[in-house]
Amino acid sequence: MTTPTSPTPSAPGRFGPYGGQYIPETLMNAVAELDAAYRRLSADPAFRAELDALLRDYAGRPSRLTFAANLTAKLGGARIYLKREDLNHTGSHKINNVLGQALLAKHMGKTRLIAETGAGQHGVATATAAALLGLECVVFMGRTDTERQALNVYRMKLLGARVVPVDSGTATLKDAVSEAMREWTRRIADTHYCLGSAMGPHPFPTIVRDFQSVIGRETRAQLLAAEGRLPDAVLACVGGGSNAIGSFHAFIPDASVRLIGCEAAGRGIDTPDTAATFATGRPGIFHGMKSIFCQDALGQIAPVYSISAGLDYPGVGPEHAWLRDTGRAEYVPVTDDEAVAAFELLSRTEGIIPAIESAHALAHAVKLAPTLPADAILAVTLSGRGDKDCAAIARLQGEDIHE
Amino acid sequence: MNDPAAPAAPTLASAFAAGHKAFIPFVTCGDPDLETTRRIVHALADAGADLIELGIPFSDPTAEGPVIQAANARALSGGVTTDRILAFAAELRREIPIPLAFMTYANVVYAPGPDRFAARCAAAGVTGLILPDVPYEERAEFEAPCRAHGIDLVSMVAPTSADRIAAIARAATGFLYVVSSLGVTGERTRITTDLSAILRTIRAASTVPAAIGFGISTPDQARAMASISDGAIVGSALVRLIATHGRDAPGPVYDLASSLASAIHSA
Repeated sequence: MTTPTSPTPSAPGRFGPYGGQYIPETLMNAVAELDAAYRRLSADPAFRAELDALLRDYAGRPSRLTFAANLTAKLGGARIYLKREDLNHTGSHKINNVLGQALLAKHMGKTRLIAETGAGQHGVATATAAALLGLECVVFMGRTDTERQALNVYRMKLLGARVVPVDSGTATLKDAVSEAMREWTRRIADTHYCLGSAMGPHPFPTIVRDFQSVIGRETRAQLLAAEGRLPDAVLACVGGGSNAIGSFHAFIPDASVRLIGCEAAGRGIDTPDTAATFATGRPGIFHGMKSIFCQDALGQIAPVYSISAGLDYPGVGPEHAWLRDTGRAEYVPVTDDEAVAAFELLSRTEGIIPAIESAHALAHAVKLAPTLPADAILAVTLSGRGDKDCAAIARLQGEDIHE
Repeated sequence: MNDPAAPAAPTLASAFAAGHKAFIPFVTCGDPDLETTRRIVHALADAGADLIELGIPFSDPTAEGPVIQAANARALSGGVTTDRILAFAAELRREIPIPLAFMTYANVVYAPGPDRFAARCAAAGVTGLILPDVPYEERAEFEAPCRAHGIDLVSMVAPTSADRIAAIARAATGFLYVVSSLGVTGERTRITTDLSAILRTIRAASTVPAAIGFGISTPDQARAMASISDGAIVGSALVRLIATHGRDAPGPVYDLASSLASAIHSA
């Protein structure tokens, strides 16, 4: 595990004013137990070795760093490198965190994993780890998302998980998180809540950040090997923000490296159909944390929208809020249309179909690269692969592929 | 309520000073509309309630079961707001004699600012605040402004609290809300937690009154819970009647509340 460098939590579980543990009393000893187990096991070389072996032999790490030569030539500016989390087992970065948490749960004597999922990538990863480690698995997923990500629902079932559609609220990712939290208060003794993003009550933002920070450590080493220097900017998409915090973390001390989080603007930040938390939200308290949330003047959480089920969330992890406030990272909105254009562009130029979530980061790289000199370097994290999105994008473009 | 001639609003502690155990019902404000809530609150007071929890609805009530989640959604879709509920509470304060507490979520209080929210509660004559997503460790930010305005921020103890109970009880003001069982709000057929042991730990640490809530729906359950504590809190069973009867709920609510009140008061 890496030690947090800068910015450091100002109190246990705090990132500046953000973070904390805003959860029902019923869960407080569960998060305390998790925190203690994580501190003990993350310092245990045997646990570390067990996890490293799983990441290497099962998930396929290290993931590749691909120079996007065609895209770079087409855009005529900065050299674009792609960090290929799409090549991991299960097809996204989610497996990094899930293997860590599932192993942690197993060492804590838990026999059951519960999880929320938006696009289904975290649900699939959790179902996968549960199958591998012999744990029971229940995944909560908004009803709307079970419809737009039907393939992933089937994958989870195939892996032996039970998928519970959630009808409350907007029937999307935020409601899946709420329902998973409710389920955890019902059944704690044998159950670990395998939270999928760097959000929620302490210690989740720290645990998920640590397990995902392998992305940035590898990117940093691979770029130094390939180019002999650090990138000018690291770009990643941000919903809750786990692949972004994982991509950024190793670069935080490198002041010359811009860290750019790309959030989902949906139909535009001047419309109600957006999930751009930094562009449209303000500080609040929800889902166990103090952070930035899309909300109305009275503190009611806003019903957000994005084409991407994985970014369709009204908040962001607390460390991102602090990185924004301190100016260490910047966050930009990317619309549905820009993401879809990038999805198609990467498919045609590089033969890589990215997840629609990751296409948000790529879309900003497409805008940024031509403004930079040819010796500049951009590292874009492709957090997942886009097979799951093909049917929906085809529908959007007026094609019915009878999935 | 800033009229110096107005009597001071009754404190939460006064609900436990009547010589019998306290009946504490919960209702979501604005479900289905504030006029119905007014008639329900009067029905509850007439039935013998000793303190009423007024829910300010939240878009995403993570500690609630399906019954109160649906009540929150009905109230918000009816257009109720924090401002309207504060004005409504100030009117209720003049109409009924028993203490009133707000139950809502941290963000509803954080949005206007805890100090401003507490000041407005005090002006409305509401003397208690219950925030299920603010545990002991996050209490200071909300408790200090509440204390400054004479509001009790109610602490909660759960079946899983174990070694935390004594510290929570020592910091409690008004009354201590003892969560009867694991899970979210909602009726339960049986409550199996060893509540007597939890109550003993509370008593050893503090003299604060302790009332049990979550899952209590029948007079028998209410009597049993009140007999080992200082009162019983009933939410979902009453809210379910509002879901079923809508604007005609005050009658059925009065009937259930009367039987709950007599069971609790005889405990």
